[in-house]
Amino acid sequence: MSMFDHELDASNLSCPLPILKARKALSTMESGHTLRVLTTDPGSQKDFPAFAHQTGHTLVESTEEGDKFSFVIRKN
Amino acid sequence: MSEPKKLAIIATKGSLDWAYPPFILASTAAALGYEVQIFFTFYGLELLRKKLDLKVTSLGNPAMPMPVDVPVMLQALPGMQFFMTHMMKKKLKEKNVASIEQLRELSQEAEVKLIACQMTVDLFDYTTDDFLDDIDYAGAATFFEFAGEADITLYI
Repeated sequence: MSMFDHELDASNLSCPLPILKARKALSTMESGHTLRVLTTDPGSQKDFPAFAHQTGHTLVESTEEGDKFSFVIRKN
Repeated sequence: MSEPKKLAIIATKGSLDWAYPPFILASTAAALGYEVQIFFTFYGLELLRKKLDLKVTSLGNPAMPMPVDVPVMLQALPGMQFFMTHMMKKKLKEKNVASIEQLRELSQEAEVKLIACQMTVDLFDYTTDDFLDDIDYAGAATFFEFAGEADITLYI
């Protein structure tokens, strides 16, 4: 499991909230730092790779942890 | 970084069910790096009120899912619209869908520009006090300056 600098718990939030909150968190972060986002929204499995691809950040890791999804994104 | 893509949305409806598409599309696009502007005209102005009072009804909306089939004549009875609005809001909350107030706030935070159609404001004798303070007022011609350059323009 990758290390990360910041964590955002977006559990129990439906689309598009996880992405919106991730964007907000990333905007305050320094370049090179990583953010881990936890979600329960099943749509987020497709949303986060698309988000990373379109915003130019790197999706370092995408895993499932029990009943949650975990995404680690590095800000570029 | 290359120039951001642009999304222009024209929002013409003011009921609760029609309130979601413009804000969800706008906020998601903004999260993905789009520059977004929404032009609210006609009943779309309802979505810009300081205090939202959005309603929904199955009357005239045969596609609205209902737990039981209700004859159209009964859907028009007093109290039914209130009841249906209440049921819809309850369902949205149960499924953890953001409220319109929340989506609107997140959209503005994501720098989505909200523009009220000046002509509609004049038409219905509304005043700027009725609406959010930090929005713009403009006409269609002004909006076309942005929409004309947009990669995606949606009419809702």
